[in-house]
Amino acid sequence: MVEVALLGSLSAAAGGKKTLDIEAKDIRELFRKLAEQYPGLEPLIERGIAVSIDGVIYRDTWSKELPEGAEIYLLPRIAGG
Amino acid sequence: MGFDASYTGQKFKSVGTRPLRPDGVDKVTGRARYGADFNMPGQLVGRILRSPHAHAKIKKIDTSKAEKLKGVKAVITAADLPDLTDGDAGMYDVLDNCMARKKALYDGHAVAAVAAIDAPTARAALKLIKVDYEVLPHVTDVDEAVKPGGPLLHKTVFTGGVDPKPKKPSNVANRSQYGHGDVEAGFKAADVIIERTYRTEQTHQGYIEPHACVASVNSDGTGELWVCTQGHFVYRQHCAQLLGMDVSKLRVTSSEIGGGFGGKTHVWAEPVALALSRKAGRPVKLVMTRDEVFRASGPTSATSIDIRIGARKDGTITAAEATLRYSCGPYAGMWAELGAMTSFACYDLKNVKSVGYEVLVNRPKVAAYRAPSAPMAAFAVESAIDELAHKIGMDAVKFRIKNAAKEGTKSSYGPVYGPIGIGPTLEAAQKHPHMKAPLGKNQGRGMACGFWFNFGGQTCTDLNIGVDGTVNLAVGTVDVGGSRASLSLVAAEELGIAYEQVKAVVADTATLGYNDMTDGSRGTFSSSMATIFAARNAIKVMRERAAKMWDISVDDVVWEDGHAKAKGKKHGNLAPLSVKEIAAAAPNTGGPIAGHNEIVADGAGVSFATHICDVEVDPQTGSTRVVRYTVVQDAGKAVHPTYVEGQYQGGAAQGIGWALNEEYIYGKDGRLQNAGFLDYRIPVCSDLPMIDTQILEIPNPNHPYGVRGVGETSIVPPLAAIANAVSNAVAVRMTHIPMSPPRILAALEAEKA
Repeated sequence: MVEVALLGSLSAAAGGKKTLDIEAKDIRELFRKLAEQYPGLEPLIERGIAVSIDGVIYRDTWSKELPEGAEIYLLPRIAGG
Repeated sequence: MGFDASYTGQKFKSVGTRPLRPDGVDKVTGRARYGADFNMPGQLVGRILRSPHAHAKIKKIDTSKAEKLKGVKAVITAADLPDLTDGDAGMYDVLDNCMARKKALYDGHAVAAVAAIDAPTARAALKLIKVDYEVLPHVTDVDEAVKPGGPLLHKTVFTGGVDPKPKKPSNVANRSQYGHGDVEAGFKAADVIIERTYRTEQTHQGYIEPHACVASVNSDGTGELWVCTQGHFVYRQHCAQLLGMDVSKLRVTSSEIGGGFGGKTHVWAEPVALALSRKAGRPVKLVMTRDEVFRASGPTSATSIDIRIGARKDGTITAAEATLRYSCGPYAGMWAELGAMTSFACYDLKNVKSVGYEVLVNRPKVAAYRAPSAPMAAFAVESAIDELAHKIGMDAVKFRIKNAAKEGTKSSYGPVYGPIGIGPTLEAAQKHPHMKAPLGKNQGRGMACGFWFNFGGQTCTDLNIGVDGTVNLAVGTVDVGGSRASLSLVAAEELGIAYEQVKAVVADTATLGYNDMTDGSRGTFSSSMATIFAARNAIKVMRERAAKMWDISVDDVVWEDGHAKAKGKKHGNLAPLSVKEIAAAAPNTGGPIAGHNEIVADGAGVSFATHICDVEVDPQTGSTRVVRYTVVQDAGKAVHPTYVEGQYQGGAAQGIGWALNEEYIYGKDGRLQNAGFLDYRIPVCSDLPMIDTQILEIPNPNHPYGVRGVGETSIVPPLAAIANAVSNAVAVRMTHIPMSPPRILAALEAEKA
C-alpha cells in the first residue's frame, strides 16, 4: 500500500481528494487502479501524468517501482520550451 | 543492454573541453540549410488567408474565384482538414488553430489556404477568397476576460478544478492550486507583509527564423516533410494524426533551426502544407512571414499576478501566497498552473499557497517559451521578496539565503527536494565581485533567483563505427544550441577517441527510433545518456571483435583509453588494438560495428539560477540600459562549457528584451498593432552588455556524468533581477513588465504626484 498525494488539477479530477491509498507495486499498476477507482483521472492519465517518487520526477517509466513508505506525488505532465 | 544511469564520479578527458562545433562552418558560410532552404521538383508556393477579426463567426467561405485563377493548384479550408482527433481535446485545439472551423478566434487565425505556381499568384488567389464573417465582441486583456458579463469565447467552457462544477460558461478554463501549511496563520505570525499586484505583457519567443516547411504527399498515402522544428518525431505524429496518415509513411526531416525556444514544439502551418500538397498532388513550400509569426504563432502568456508574502523581523518568511491569471489565447492550457507550481519553488516555506487561473482571450494560442510561465511568476515573487528584504532592513541576498530551499525541503509544488543548487548559486552571487562593484549616477543593482523543472523523456541514438575507425553518431533530438558538439564529446569520452573522429547528425524520422522533442532542457541531458549507453554497447562489440582477432576469450579483453587490451600475463605479448584497427578488421570478424540505445531518460533533476544586474535609467526619457549582468547557474556537469555559457547568456538576453521592451500591443479593434521587428523590439548586440557567467557543477545523481539541463532556467530570473535593479535606480517599485520608457516615466510621475 502506498500513499499518493495529488495536487493542482489532478486533485480536482479525483473529486478534490488530496491523498489516496493505493495497493500498487509500480507506476503502471498505480495508473491502472487510479483509472478504475477515479474515472475522472483516466483522461489525464492518457494525456500524461508525471509521478514524483522521493523527489525524482518520472514522466514515462511506468515500470518504476513504488517503494513502501516512499513520498509519492502525482503531478501534471509539464510542458517545456 | 540495460545500464545504470547513476552518477559515478567518472574522471573526464573530452567532456568539459571546448572544441569548435561541427555545424559552425556551414552556419557562418551560409551553407547550413534552414526550413526555407529546401526545394523539390514541381514545388508550389503555399499561402494562408488569415482572419482580420479578433472574434468572428465564419458564416461562409467562397473559394470558387480563387480556384479558377490560372496557376492556382489547390485551395483548402477546414473542410479539407476533417476532425480525426477522436475526442482528443488537445489535438482538436491544435487542428482548430491550424485552420479555423466555425469561428475565427483571434486576429491572424487561419481560415483558408492556397497553393499556386508562384508567390504573386498565391497572394492574388488569397484576395479572391470571400469569407462572410459575423463579427462578435472580443476580449484581449487577461483581467478584462475574467470579469463577468464580458465577451465570452466559448459557450462550452466551464471552469474546471472548482467544486461544485459551475453552471455558467466562463473564460476561465481551469483553476489549480498548490501549496501546504496554513497561510493565514503564517501571515498572523508575520511582522511585515508585502502585498502587490504585478502584470507582464505578452511576448513572442522572437526566433529569427520563421516557421517554414516543404511538404509532399503522394497519391499512395506516403509523404515527406522538411521542416524547421524542435521535434520532428512529434511533428510527424501530430501531422499524421491530423491528416489521417500512417505514422511510418510520413518521413519528417528537421532542418537547421534558427531559434525555437518552445515556439517550434507545436505545429502551426505544417498540417496546412501537407493538406495543400495532398490536394494539389505536388510538393508545397510554406514559409510564414514575420507578420504571420507574430499574429499566429507561439506567444507566451500575458499575466496578472497578486502576491502576498509575510516575514518576521529576523528574516524568516512565515507565509507566501500567489494568485496567478495567465492568458492562454483561445484554447485552454496549463500555463497558470506552471506559474503556480514554480512561483515559490526557490524557498523553504512552511505556509504557502498558489492558485492559477487559465484565462481564454482573443489572442493567438499560447505556446511554451523557455521555462514556460516561470519567468512571470518569478518576476512577481522576486520583486516582493526584494521589497520585503528592504522593509525589514535585511540584505536581499542574505534574506534569500536564509529562506532558500535545500535538500530535504518540501517544495511549494509538493515533492521533497534531493540535492539542489539554489543555495550554492545564491552564495556564489553573494561572493561575486559584481555585488561589490561601485554604481554610478542613476544606476541601480538588482538580483533574483529562479527555478525550472527540466525533464528527460524518450530518446534513441545510433553509433556507427566506420571502416577507418571514425564514428557517426545519429541522434533524434534537434540541435538547438550546440548539442551535436556536446554529444560528440560524450561519444569521444566513452570510446576514448578524439572529438574530431566523431561526426554527429540529427537523423530523420525514418532512420532512427522515436525521440521526444528538444524541450524541457532535455536535449543534451537525454541524448548524452543514450549516447553513453550506445557507446558502451559498441565497446562490447569491439571487445568481442578483438577477442576474435586474438583468438582469446572476450572475458580476457578490457577497454581502456580507446583500445582493446588483453589482460593477464598469458596475453602479455598482445599489443593493444585501437578502434581503427578493430574497424579495419570488421568485415572478417562479423561485419559492421555499431552501438544502439533507446531509453526513457527520467530523473532530469531540477535547476536553479541566480542573476545579478546593474542598470542605468535616464530620468528624462525613462530609457534603461543594462550596464552589467552576471548569471550564476548549476549545470550539474557542463559537457561543453562554451555552449552552456551560451545558454546562460541567451536566456539573459531574451529576459532583458522581455523586461525592458517586448510587448504585444492590441488596438481596441482587437488587432495586433506591432507584428514586426521594427515595432516589437528585441534586443540587438548594441543593446546588451557582455553577460558574465559562472557555471556551478552540483552533479545530478540520476545521470552517469551528473548532467542537468541548462537551456531554460536562465530566462527565469532576468525579469525580476532587472525590475529590482530599475526599482532601486529610480526609487519607485516597478510592477509592470515591460519597463518601457513610457511606463517608467509614468511611474516616476505617479510617485511625484
